[in-house]
Amino acid sequence: MSTTSVPTAARHGIPPGARARRQTAHVPTSERDIARGVLITAALAYLFLSLGLPLFVVFHEAFKKGVGAYLTALRDPELLRALRLTLLVAGIAVPLNVTFGIAAAWAITKGKVRGRTLLIALADLPLAVSPVIAGLTFMLLFGMQGWFGPWLKAHDIQIAFTVSAVVLATIFVTLPFVARELIPLMEEQGVVEEEAAVTLGASGWQIFRRVTLPNIRWGLLYGVVLCNARAMGEFGAVSVVSGRIRGQTTTLPLHIEILYNEYDFTAAFAASSLLALLAVVTLAAKHLLERSHHVARARIIEEQHERES
Amino acid sequence: MSVALDRVSKRFGSFTALNEVSFDIEEGELVALVGPSGSGKSTLLRVIAGLERQDAGIVRIHGDDAAPLGPGDRRIGFVFQHYALFRHMTVFENVAFGLRVRPRRERPSGAEITRVVRDLLELVELGALGGRYPTELSGGQQQRVALARALAVQPRVLLLDEPFGALDARVRKQLRQWLRNLHDQVKVTTVLVTHDSEEACEVADRVAVMHEGRIAQIGTAKELAREPGTPFLGAFLESSPRKASGAPRPFGVAPGGTS
Amino acid sequence: MMQTVPAGATTRASRARSVLPGVRITLGFTLAYLTILVAIPLSTLFVRSARMGWSGFLSAATSPRAIAAYRLSIGSSVTAALVNGVFGLLVAWVLTRYRFTGRAIADALVDLPFALPTAVAGVALTTLYSQNGLMGALLAPHGIKVAYTPLGITVALTFIGLPFVVRSVQPVLETLPGEIEEAAATLGADRWQTFLRVTLPALMPALVAGVSLSFARAIGEYGSVVFISGNMPGLTEIAPLLIMSKLEQYDYGGATAIAVVMLLVSAVILVSAGMIQRRAARRAA
Repeated sequence: MSTTSVPTAARHGIPPGARARRQTAHVPTSERDIARGVLITAALAYLFLSLGLPLFVVFHEAFKKGVGAYLTALRDPELLRALRLTLLVAGIAVPLNVTFGIAAAWAITKGKVRGRTLLIALADLPLAVSPVIAGLTFMLLFGMQGWFGPWLKAHDIQIAFTVSAVVLATIFVTLPFVARELIPLMEEQGVVEEEAAVTLGASGWQIFRRVTLPNIRWGLLYGVVLCNARAMGEFGAVSVVSGRIRGQTTTLPLHIEILYNEYDFTAAFAASSLLALLAVVTLAAKHLLERSHHVARARIIEEQHERES
Repeated sequence: MSVALDRVSKRFGSFTALNEVSFDIEEGELVALVGPSGSGKSTLLRVIAGLERQDAGIVRIHGDDAAPLGPGDRRIGFVFQHYALFRHMTVFENVAFGLRVRPRRERPSGAEITRVVRDLLELVELGALGGRYPTELSGGQQQRVALARALAVQPRVLLLDEPFGALDARVRKQLRQWLRNLHDQVKVTTVLVTHDSEEACEVADRVAVMHEGRIAQIGTAKELAREPGTPFLGAFLESSPRKASGAPRPFGVAPGGTS
Repeated sequence: MMQTVPAGATTRASRARSVLPGVRITLGFTLAYLTILVAIPLSTLFVRSARMGWSGFLSAATSPRAIAAYRLSIGSSVTAALVNGVFGLLVAWVLTRYRFTGRAIADALVDLPFALPTAVAGVALTTLYSQNGLMGALLAPHGIKVAYTPLGITVALTFIGLPFVVRSVQPVLETLPGEIEEAAATLGADRWQTFLRVTLPALMPALVAGVSLSFARAIGEYGSVVFISGNMPGLTEIAPLLIMSKLEQYDYGGATAIAVVMLLVSAVILVSAGMIQRRAARRAA
């Protein structure tokens, strides 16, 4: 046998280019065309019914009374204030969680710390907790009966039912997103490049910026996109801590709730359409990034295989 | 004639894997298909099995055109390089699988299945391991289970795709000999694909050397060693994994002729 | 930020620590962040529960209204998770195994429940299934009411749980070695037999993981459900809604008790699912 290793794609002696792009073999023992057609139709019908229709309804209802009514609703000052608050909250929560995500991933994957399972479990915890419960915990901390309640009152500081509480609750709920993307990614990439940089005399920050960051670009962006989508859309936790003070602590989702409960459907769905649009953009970005992400990870895995064989 | 190939061709996109391959395998023979990576030997095996469809040419198994038959209907047994055992089933259940999925009318009774499986496990010298799971076995043992599983359905042709490729050298040598003995006992037509010419010559009745989608030469091991058809074949037949250290063996670009 | 290692010295500490700089500071930051933002807030639940004393906790956690809420929450979450198990598997299969126009869009669409704010999903679903909504109008003549019933709650929970199953199964399905299915075919199994006996068992761990994640998400869901449920105590009040209710009445103790019960249920489900997964994965390792 030749001395060069045989890359996985050439398993049957077929050059990588000619082979199907997916790594799994095209199983020629596959379903009859009818069965395939039925399954595809069923799956697409289900997706349309369960996911497509609700999305459609948002825009359908928003424009039901015409484009004029839609635009008027969007120009409502309260809605704009809610939008601004949402953007502000996301603008604080996302960068903070990005910093956390990077720091945690660095410490865990490049630092080989003990207790990494505990750290990862803690970082994942907000995902396992209902948003209402998340909000509850912050009320237990900062509410009048809470731990810091009396102290805050004494110092005339108000946290519960203010924007600060909204920000804190949002940070909690969106905390895991960036970390969950970066930790496995940086784990896979290993420490060799960074160690090489150290031997060449680079400082920590330089190593991160010049060596690590380019490698984690797509994973990071992906995490940011998810984190942002969740931050802007958070409802349950914010519902609890904001006190729903109209015009002051109502984020866009809360504002939608108010409008809906007042039967102002056009306005409610007009506001919803903004968030739905954000969702669609998020999905598109996610899809595009995933491909680069996958390609990057696939390349890493293939390099590893070649090294081992 | 157990297996007859008549001008079989197969392309993958712009790459020609098989180029009008014709040859015959006798009943009860053990034929080895050797060649470097990319020569088409695995593809040929899979076409015989029905796991790939040829673009042109006819595959006949026991005289009948195999085209309308899928891999399950051709009465073939296939052994994969990486065993392809069903990891969630015990060794026993793996071997019994082919019998259990038979249509109701043709299915043997539970007791019958147990007997067949036990006998086969004895044959491959794994009698005591029926209750184990594949992941608990060594590579060599797993491959023997795969063999037993393939034999359980009483195939007319046994196809082995680089069966020892994933095993270490020592185990490979042992299993090679063991396969030859097994074949002498069971006497089923067998086609063995390997990149190891030493293995091919040791085990097979006849060796077919493949190169760039064609059969360059067929003959017994002795015949081939005496008269390699081309310098390429000579070099290839001399090479073996053990000797391949240092300078790479030149496979060269040789005009391979069909035999 | 550089971590200076004394030249020539190889103390136990420096051998155990990485050579890379910045680990200490990032670790410190990470620990502080997690403590302040995760550990402390979550611990308030248990401290507050302790304050209520055992009997206080029990009476709050097991009031008739609470029990009705648990039953509804668990029941609808289990149903939704199982429905997602079936259809999620179907969708994952079709997306992975077949090529067709619109595949990319369908694949991207699966994540909609992740990306869409729960409140938007909530109002959209309610409008869709209300009496004169697009679906509601279709179902009304058959006597099926969805909005403001437990069925509506289940529908909403099914919506938000789908991606968990699909995204759990997809990667496993993508990397399933084609050979085991080929082996089954050579042994005479038809496609259905191969699927039932070979493919599905191999997918089981991922499917179990996806279904349990779907359940865990469903049980705590608020935004998607609060609009469609109508929030009638004893009838359509799920646990998160009950907690919200208690909070609005400033009954922090009651809210906390129910929250702790919910967390325990989630923990039990996730841990047992993890065990099932590990056992199955061990065999497949």
